[in-house]
Amino acid sequence: MAKIIVAPVSDLPPGGRRLVEAEGKRIVVFNLGGEFFALSDRCPHQGGSLCAGLVSGHVESSTPGEYRYSRRGEMVRCPWHYWEFDIRTGKSWFDPKRVQLRQYPAHVEPGAALVEGPYLAETFAVRVEDSYVVVEA
Amino acid sequence: MLSAYRPIDCDLHPMVPGMQALTPYMDEFWRDQVTERGITTLDSQSWPIRSPKTIRQDWRGPNGRGAETVGQLQRQSLDRLGTAAGILNPLYGVQLVFNEDMAVAFTRALNDWTRAEWLDRDDRLRASIVLPLQSVEASVAEIERLAGDARFVQVLALVMGENPLGRRQYWPIFEACVRHGLPLGIHAGSAYRHPQTSVGWTSWYLEEYAANQQGFQSTLASLLTEGAFAKYPALKVVLLESGVTWLPSFLWRLQKTWKGVRFEIPWVDRLPAEIIRDQVRLTVQPLDAPEEGNTVERIIDHFRSEEMLLWASDWPHWQFDGDAAIPPGIPERLLPKLMRDNALATYQRLREGAVA
Repeated sequence: MAKIIVAPVSDLPPGGRRLVEAEGKRIVVFNLGGEFFALSDRCPHQGGSLCAGLVSGHVESSTPGEYRYSRRGEMVRCPWHYWEFDIRTGKSWFDPKRVQLRQYPAHVEPGAALVEGPYLAETFAVRVEDSYVVVEA
Repeated sequence: MLSAYRPIDCDLHPMVPGMQALTPYMDEFWRDQVTERGITTLDSQSWPIRSPKTIRQDWRGPNGRGAETVGQLQRQSLDRLGTAAGILNPLYGVQLVFNEDMAVAFTRALNDWTRAEWLDRDDRLRASIVLPLQSVEASVAEIERLAGDARFVQVLALVMGENPLGRRQYWPIFEACVRHGLPLGIHAGSAYRHPQTSVGWTSWYLEEYAANQQGFQSTLASLLTEGAFAKYPALKVVLLESGVTWLPSFLWRLQKTWKGVRFEIPWVDRLPAEIIRDQVRLTVQPLDAPEEGNTVERIIDHFRSEEMLLWASDWPHWQFDGDAAIPPGIPERLLPKLMRDNALATYQRLREGAVA
């Protein structure tokens, strides 16, 4: 399993997202209020890029005409056919068991812990004094 | 012989001989109005009596008409086929009337005619309450007026009416249906408030006949998307003379698109096909499928349910010759359900009414 350094934390603020390609994988990383979630960028339906998708909230209803809207910013819709996925779990809403995006562990590490290792950060230099979003893929 | 199944016929059409047959069931004002205005019949010009399909040739009387008496029904269908119970769905143009008061008067008369001249004359018979859908309030009142008679087992609407049938304005009707254990029967046909196709008026009988399928698809989509099935999970909907084979492909498209835009209708919180399987039933006459090989069986497989289809003869419409009242191609193992069990599961009042 490779560690991919996605970006300095300061470059990926809450509500932000970043696409990384490494190890032959396309992974989209979201920042939800300071928590980071990494998902396969490939929609299991026909391969649309989730990174280009609309991020919205979750709507439920207990009776026709009622819209219970919550979790703003935590659902992503594929730009191709609008299938919606929970950013926190990668699961689709309509068939969470069978239709889901692969999740990858994502977390923040201090630069000091990263500069020595065999890590991937091809497009920018890792600075000891910064923190970085890291995905294990 | 069908009688071994103790079959339940879910679509029989008594035909009103003319307005004079209904006037005894009207008050004096409307009785005189019918005479004074010279209203002789509400037979629709779109489905002429003389059309071969309307009445099977050997079921016509000397005047070319048919299906006017219980005796004809007994001889031509019930006794011959060994029918244990049959549901009458009168089709008589009352839905086409624009004057709401007249429509209510004529519809009440039609329902009372059905009760007095059919239900009272054969214990095997049950009937639908024809709704005066020109008014939701009057429709609910008609249900309340007749629901005390357990021989009324369903309510009846035409598939092409004033508005898509799932619209929330109609929900008091669905609530009354659930309250009284009455499925909502939806029969082919139009009240001619709009062209029978979404691209305009049809020119030909054939064109209009085939257009009903679009009407059924749109009506089903309306009931689902508006949330009628979610609001009334106990409501059963029976599609009558709708054809059958269009449903799987239509549902496939509906469900596929729902996966993307379900946020529009969050009350549809499970797969549309599952909801339809739980709450919708279809009659199998006519069965719109080729007879060759196992075509019909494969289509029924697509339903992923053996509970959805109900047998009907569609008397007196010409759907088959002789006594071949079961459409060909239906696997024999399904017949007990098709001919009887599914109808009993669908119609609460048939179950409770101790059908022979």
